[in-house]
Amino acid sequence: MNFHGYRRADGRAGTRNLVLVIPSVGCSQSCARDIARGLKSVVHLPNILGCGQMGEDKALVRRTLVGFGASPNVFAVLVVGNGCEELQPKEIAKAIAPSGKRVEVITIQEMRGTKKTTAVGRKIVKEMLNEAAKLGREPIPLAELILGTECGGSDYTSGLSSNPAVGIASDMVVAEGGTVILSETPEIIGAEHLLAKRARTPEIGKQLLEAVEWWEQRAIASGQNIREGNPSPGNIAGGITTLEEKSLGCIYKAGSSQIQEVIAYACKPTRKGLVYMDTPAHDIEQLTGMVAGGAQIVAFTTGRGTPCGSPIAPVIKITGNRSTFVNMRDNMDLDVSRILRGSGTIPQAGKRVFEEIIACASGKETKAERLNQRDFSIFKINPNI
Amino acid sequence: MRSRKGIIVINEKDNVATALDELPAGTTVSIKIENRTEKIELISHIPRGHKFALRHIDRGGAVIKYGEMIGKSTEEIPRGQHVHVHNVVSQSKGENT
Repeated sequence: MNFHGYRRADGRAGTRNLVLVIPSVGCSQSCARDIARGLKSVVHLPNILGCGQMGEDKALVRRTLVGFGASPNVFAVLVVGNGCEELQPKEIAKAIAPSGKRVEVITIQEMRGTKKTTAVGRKIVKEMLNEAAKLGREPIPLAELILGTECGGSDYTSGLSSNPAVGIASDMVVAEGGTVILSETPEIIGAEHLLAKRARTPEIGKQLLEAVEWWEQRAIASGQNIREGNPSPGNIAGGITTLEEKSLGCIYKAGSSQIQEVIAYACKPTRKGLVYMDTPAHDIEQLTGMVAGGAQIVAFTTGRGTPCGSPIAPVIKITGNRSTFVNMRDNMDLDVSRILRGSGTIPQAGKRVFEEIIACASGKETKAERLNQRDFSIFKINPNI
Repeated sequence: MRSRKGIIVINEKDNVATALDELPAGTTVSIKIENRTEKIELISHIPRGHKFALRHIDRGGAVIKYGEMIGKSTEEIPRGQHVHVHNVVSQSKGENT
């Protein structure tokens, strides 16, 4: 099966054809915003990092910015630096270059001020837009799709309708030879032993358990025990019996396939099928990590309703809560609440999710895109220096 | 009393179903799993959002939802019985140890 996407020079395929303006440091973020302002299909990343991160954090920021630039959803990139930042804009551009797309670099210090940088930057992105407009969509096998899965603002409907429905769609993507990313490690606590058994090799299962252990120790160090008092008295009153059940309700959105590999935050999957990315549960940091890792589209389930969107990838909002769908029509793409009213089945809803994924991958605008909801936040470990 | 609506079986491997509405003891429910329809008489009251056994579960047997073991039963659970914290224990790390 195919979707209609954009073929890139490096052989990858995008669901969008955007010009991306990347500020390599927080100081050039406003300038990057002004360069992109009012231009359709030009987006900027609201990045505030790039200076003050050391070691692993610097690598996380670098990898994430480069991942966004290299994403097949991006046609061309303009990196806007200040000039003296630790994470040098030329270094970012150089790392994006192997994707074969046009990458330009300008800095506020070299251009002598924000106004000149903005004027030059706008000229460059307009040229890029003209080039981008020449490219059309073509049939791309679903095997080339990387689907990110996420849930946020969950309620009792999530584990019973939207997550199982997305789970069916995830299995369908895997069956087509595509890739599905499951992430948000703190949310799998309690069911990690079950998930580890689904790993392709015992070593991969061990990596998954180690990822859980890392997050658990981090929570304990800040005085929080995630297992304690979970499921909550409210969960139990609502019918959730064990922590496994609660966590499985979340994990189930990625379907039931074997886990092919465990990858670090913002890393590209090296295998097809279901892959696990170690990310926080923080909605925007998780989303940013998956998209930096190459997800061209995201299926996002919610119960209470969330507006969350990505700068460069369509994020499909799926809810099993009828009231949320009605009340937040601005934000919700798909209503799978029929499952809970007895008039629809999980497989039927899963098929609708799958069809919506193909439609949005092929150009259908999501609600988050319509609202220009372009959230971006990079996960890091330590405070800024 | 019969009920067709408001019951969810997430995965075909599951041995529990979730009631979407409160169901009194004595209700007979029809549940479609894959291509067959099963009739089950509820032998206890099932609150909204709670689970009941689709099959007899032995003491110490796996309670399965989402196609995975969500815990072990602490007693024999007959078909149609309420399945919850009173007769299921977690196997997750840090619990039941």
